[in-house]
Amino acid sequence: MTGTLLAATGSLAPATRSFLSPSGAEIVFLLVGIAVLAAAVVSVTTRQLVHAALWLVVALGGLAVEFLLLTAEFIAWAQVLIYLGSVVVLVLFGLMLTRAPIGRSPDADSGNRWAALAVALAAAGTLVTLVVDAFRSGWIELAPGAGSTRATGEYLFRHWVLPFEALSVLLLAALVGAIVLSRTGKGRVPGPRAGRLRAGKPVGRPTPTAQER
Amino acid sequence: MIDTLLRCVATLAVFLVLPLVIGQTEHKVMAHMQGRLGPMYAGGFHGWAQLVADGVKFAQKEDIVPAGADRKVFQLAPAVSLLPYLVVLLAIPVGPGGFVGQAIDAGIFFVLAVMGIGVLGSLMAGWASANKFSLLGGLRTAAQLMSYELPMLLAAASVAMAAGTVSLPGIVDAFHWWWIPWQALGAFVFFTAGLAELQRPPFDMPVADSEIIFGAYTEYTGLRFAFFLLSEYAGILVVSALTTVLFLGGWHGPMPDSLGWLWTLLKTFALAFVVIWLRVTYPRLREDQLMRFAWTGLIPLALIQLALTGIVKVAIS
Repeated sequence: MTGTLLAATGSLAPATRSFLSPSGAEIVFLLVGIAVLAAAVVSVTTRQLVHAALWLVVALGGLAVEFLLLTAEFIAWAQVLIYLGSVVVLVLFGLMLTRAPIGRSPDADSGNRWAALAVALAAAGTLVTLVVDAFRSGWIELAPGAGSTRATGEYLFRHWVLPFEALSVLLLAALVGAIVLSRTGKGRVPGPRAGRLRAGKPVGRPTPTAQER
Repeated sequence: MIDTLLRCVATLAVFLVLPLVIGQTEHKVMAHMQGRLGPMYAGGFHGWAQLVADGVKFAQKEDIVPAGADRKVFQLAPAVSLLPYLVVLLAIPVGPGGFVGQAIDAGIFFVLAVMGIGVLGSLMAGWASANKFSLLGGLRTAAQLMSYELPMLLAAASVAMAAGTVSLPGIVDAFHWWWIPWQALGAFVFFTAGLAELQRPPFDMPVADSEIIFGAYTEYTGLRFAFFLLSEYAGILVVSALTTVLFLGGWHGPMPDSLGWLWTLLKTFALAFVVIWLRVTYPRLREDQLMRFAWTGLIPLALIQLALTGIVKVAIS
């Protein structure tokens, strides 16, 4: 299996390349990476809630560009579709529904910032150590088309079917959990509102309460 | 290099011209369908120069940012709402043999992903205006987008399954005439959901003028407001062109392939006409009707289409 993986992505040859003469794509990769990092830092340090969400858009969009530069086209579009188009929209929706004042929101400040910083640094340290240790000075030649939809689909559904299916079970569990949480809220069926021509089906549990009896 | 540049410039030209043509068509078609006299004088024949006059009017108006608004986000929003459609247009194939701005391997995916970004513009505008009506409009936009994105994706997935590829030119290449009855349900779902994503009537709850003035765009004037309008017309173009490419066979038609681009254009404009027609015909859906239509109407239909596509695909292979 590793054989096919390597055949598609190029050899993991030891460092025959110098890091001192980068190509144009590598320079762009680095610059976009810096921009992503900066946007991410601003996103967690800004004191304006909605701005944080918008900086998240920049950071996630930059990540999509990084995927593109690594020839992983399909992953890049998936990133745009899921994270920019859905997750950030959901975040903004949630913010607008609750409270998102224009300007600073001091009451949204959390006292846990140092703990959060420590956890973030520890997580980043672990990941960086892991990746550096795994690849050392290995060099993967990026063949164009190695991350195309066809290649990604083949990996996903030939070699990695089990994790893929396990993930879908996880999503299903989350879905069921959301339904359970939203159903056991009040246990009271709201009556039809004024101006409503056709009442929808009741969402809550149909247990009659004392008031209705 | 020159070739790429030329394609980009051509796409930009199309982007600047066709939405305006659709806008002009909308004025005139609506006027005829509803028997409105409307502006019939600018430029002489049928008031053809009215659109030019409108453009001049927009350009003259003062660009106002409300005092309580979040200036930067407010000013950035029109661009965020307009630019995705330009990028999407780059990937839509017009004719056979590489007659496309930029052939993209995962075409459908790219197009749907980038179109989703445009809504961020409405959300930003709605929030940054510091206006309750705008905020309500932004919220309605977000709710509508999240409900209608799913059926749209499912319908597009059905075509990708039928063609066995996610590249847009590849899908048109694989097209046969009997796909039209086979994918009719999917076409209906895709077109309707696309209409809803554009917030066109009858799905224009987010800009319902009788309740919330003009939704997220209430505080905008001048060119920035014109950009929002332009993005709506560009959206009509993109959704019509995508429906053409995915469900109506794009450049296929009873004439030599060299005239394929004409078929794409004709079908796109026929669909754009239907969009305008629907606006004139149907009243606005209420918010709850809108949500119910998406979740209990379109999504089951899209799933049925997906199952049908799978069954037929297995049966003929």
